[in-house]
Amino acid sequence: MSGALTIRNSVVFVLLAALALLPLYVGLGGNIFVLTLFTRIVILAMAAVSLNLILGYGGMMSFGHAAYLGIGGYAVGILAHEGIYSGFAQWPVALFASALFALVIGALSLRTRGVYFIMITLAFAQMAYYIVAGLARYGGDDGLTIYKRSQFFEPVNLSNKVQFYYLCLTLLFGATYLVYRLVNSRFGMVIQGARSNELRMRAIGFPTYRYRLVCFVIAGTLCGLAGALLGNHTDFVSPSMMYWTRSGDLIIMVVLGGMGSVVGPLIGAVALLVLEELLSGITEYWQIILGPLLLLVVLFARGGIDGLLAKAGAKGQP
Amino acid sequence: MRRSLLAAGAALMLAAGPAMAQQKPIKIGFVSTFSGPVALIGNDMRNSFELALDHMGRKMAGRPVEVIYEDDGFKPEVGKQKTEKLIESDKVDFISGYIWSNVLLASIKPVVDSKTMMVIANAGASQVAGELCSPYVFSTSWQNDQTPEAMGMYMNQKGVKSVFLIGPNYAAGKDMLEGVSHTFKGQIVGKELTTWPAQLDFSAELSKAKAANPEAIFVFYPGKAGVQFLAQYAQAGLKGKIPLFTAFTIDETSLPLQKELALGVPGAQEWVNDLPNEANKKFVADYLAKYPGHRPSFYGAQSYDAANLIASAVAATKGELSDKEALRKAMEKADFKSVRGNFKFGNNHIPIQNFYLQDVVQDAKGDFVLKTVATIVENYQDASHTKCPMK
Amino acid sequence: MTLFIEQCLNGLQFGLLLFLLAAGLTLVFGIMDLVNLAHGSLYMIGAYFAATFAAWTGSFVLGALLALAATLLVGMAVEVIAMRRLYGRDHLDHVLGTFGLILFFDEAVRLIWGPEGLSLPLPPWLNTPVQILPGFQYSAYRLAIIVVTLAVAGFLYVLVMRTRIGMLIRAGASNREMVGALGVNIKLLYTLVFGLGAALAGLAGLMQAPILTVQIGMGENILIIAFVITVIGGIGSIRGAFIAALLVGFVDTLGRAFFPDLLRLVLSPNAAATAAPALSSMLIYLVMAIVLVVRPEGLFPAVRK
Repeated sequence: MSGALTIRNSVVFVLLAALALLPLYVGLGGNIFVLTLFTRIVILAMAAVSLNLILGYGGMMSFGHAAYLGIGGYAVGILAHEGIYSGFAQWPVALFASALFALVIGALSLRTRGVYFIMITLAFAQMAYYIVAGLARYGGDDGLTIYKRSQFFEPVNLSNKVQFYYLCLTLLFGATYLVYRLVNSRFGMVIQGARSNELRMRAIGFPTYRYRLVCFVIAGTLCGLAGALLGNHTDFVSPSMMYWTRSGDLIIMVVLGGMGSVVGPLIGAVALLVLEELLSGITEYWQIILGPLLLLVVLFARGGIDGLLAKAGAKGQP
Repeated sequence: MRRSLLAAGAALMLAAGPAMAQQKPIKIGFVSTFSGPVALIGNDMRNSFELALDHMGRKMAGRPVEVIYEDDGFKPEVGKQKTEKLIESDKVDFISGYIWSNVLLASIKPVVDSKTMMVIANAGASQVAGELCSPYVFSTSWQNDQTPEAMGMYMNQKGVKSVFLIGPNYAAGKDMLEGVSHTFKGQIVGKELTTWPAQLDFSAELSKAKAANPEAIFVFYPGKAGVQFLAQYAQAGLKGKIPLFTAFTIDETSLPLQKELALGVPGAQEWVNDLPNEANKKFVADYLAKYPGHRPSFYGAQSYDAANLIASAVAATKGELSDKEALRKAMEKADFKSVRGNFKFGNNHIPIQNFYLQDVVQDAKGDFVLKTVATIVENYQDASHTKCPMK
Repeated sequence: MTLFIEQCLNGLQFGLLLFLLAAGLTLVFGIMDLVNLAHGSLYMIGAYFAATFAAWTGSFVLGALLALAATLLVGMAVEVIAMRRLYGRDHLDHVLGTFGLILFFDEAVRLIWGPEGLSLPLPPWLNTPVQILPGFQYSAYRLAIIVVTLAVAGFLYVLVMRTRIGMLIRAGASNREMVGALGVNIKLLYTLVFGLGAALAGLAGLMQAPILTVQIGMGENILIIAFVITVIGGIGSIRGAFIAALLVGFVDTLGRAFFPDLLRLVLSPNAAATAAPALSSMLIYLVMAIVLVVRPEGLFPAVRK
């Protein structure tokens, strides 16, 4: 990064500070619903950040990323249903199941390219959706209520909204930092190089398939963690968490925010969900604006909001 | 839409101090489905709820009433989100509505956790009548088992020896088909659950029913699916060959679309449009007057009762809603004039009521109407009440 | 036995309907290299138009014809206004842009026709069962669907194989640049192809409407299946789409009909009843995954340079 005080960096800093200070605002007499809303935003931002690792940096357009939200959520839900409430048991299962799923479908899907990759990741996610919907014991299509959140050591109480918010926020920052370190490492160079010109990377001697698979698994695991958080947040999991249109929502967040940077998806998630909340208060038909807006972003503002901010700041620079 | 204005208004009144508390509006949240093909049901419920409010001058115990309607889009997770929004953001005093059992089951936890009084106007998930019963949850409808159990009894009365069951694969659908098997004495030769709500093509299930050659087919398909089912039943050549017995498949919202397809198909119900008590006559007459061309359905009747139940409790506590114990006792008394006639709660806050048999006939004008032909059972209590720990 | 025949006919009918949808998708994909997620929206619009026009004119057939024309026009308008700018771009851009179009169309339909959905009732002459074999009746309407879609498939075959435009289409599918270089009005060709695809989608939508229902979002579920068929059949190949659509139609229908019985042999009746619809939905994705692993370009890929 170049000069620190660009418009874009300022906006990002203000955003992160606002997120960190949100509970104070709520405590001072704001609506508690704002905290609930932003907890959800933070969790989905984490999912979007994980998606950007493979989508923006890796060029792997996965249309099945929401499957990990479901896997993580159901890991918590199913174990809670069976009487296992400890987070120390649930969360590792969520992470492991997500990693395993990512490994299997990544191994198969990464052999394909372009639109076939899109379709096959979509197919696997739909398969996961249908399997989960077929589990009568765990509610099937009706979903599963989680009566007790994940339990950890004594002072940690996930039912406390403020505590839970800060946990999610910390994990979001952690995930973002992890992605940042990854893309700026040699691993990240290979991944990005493979995105622009795979043949060349292979010619240099990198086993691109293996690198991509690892990247895919990491992204899936992070999203699985987000899923575990989401299950706790809503106290409810249902197969619809994994439906393909939810993967589409995540992709929108990433693209709207900006695929070129690590915090782009975070901006996208906040922007999209806040916009959704505000607009739905004004008109029932707000999606009629969102649709063409997306198309316009795709056509004219490829770098997303982040890109626009960067351009705005760069105007005065050589 | 009006929410933020209403919230601002309420906040202003709060700021004005306790002396103004009497004029603070009573807020009721109403979660139903107002989009998609089943919006007919949601609209009927909303119309009936509004009619009830009109009848009481839009005030309860002198306080103005405000209702916030939210659309669950037919999805459990959306219903849950809207429920939470009503409780946390709009801070409603009562919450009502809920057509679908799965939406109800997803939404019940935040209601109970926040100790908000809930009056379910349709969904009858058996768990809510049993192990999930709560002092804060009341129902003006029924428990899912009751109506099909009544139908099972009726089929016994008619000497039906074998039946094929078809229904949707979600909480209520499973309950309904289960319910028939509780009372039906004959043989159940087949049971098919269809994907819900996506599957509206019943050709496979109808083919299987035909192949199993039962004496009768029992079906449960609320809303538009009921229209589709009857159409395909006729298209498959089954009309007149294998008699159909239904629960919640033919009602005043779907009958205008089903028309002659529904002729001669019996259904069981706890409320029927021609019940001879005063409250019901007024409800039906005023509904027809206010919404010409539409007849109220049982969904509407239950919503009408829900509004009156809430009003009776508010009146009993003189508008003072903070003492939850007193409010609960007032609700349990159910001291209001129900369109069902006598209204009484069981220990699990589910009504103990009669069930009637309705048939579809053509009236003098050529319209298709529902007519009560028999009372199947009186003062019937649901089977789950033993599972509820409340007294 | 009649049960099996009936399910086969149902599978055939479903497969042919899917073919209509997939044909348009694969054409657009093959010739313009455009991933069009909004194809499902055209399917929905066809159904809405048909329900509206049938109610206005009082005739099912007239309503259907008007709806076809209307969907064709909407398709061409969408191509000129939105799709043109997406040609040549990354597939990701197509997916995102057309996803945005789905949102727009869903809301536009909600604005114009309201949230409740419509219904398209059948005229009495179609609403009767027909005796095919002694003791076996089948719905006249479903037979009509089979006949109409076969006729359309035949028409497509003639169009693509025997006319000049068809030759251009085939050429464009195998080598786009060359066709442009030969001086053909590519813009007009693209608009026509897109319009044709839209009309096919609209036809599928309106034919399905009396059986299912006309509601917002009806395109999303079936769109996925159409894509699966396109991928299995091979992008750009109508023949591939036909075979794949029939395959999927049969697998899905027969799977839904007989898989639950198979499951009941191993699971309890209640568990089988819940698992069966879900698992049979999975079957077609399994088929696609297998096809992609074995033959990644699909079964009958159009020759690409």
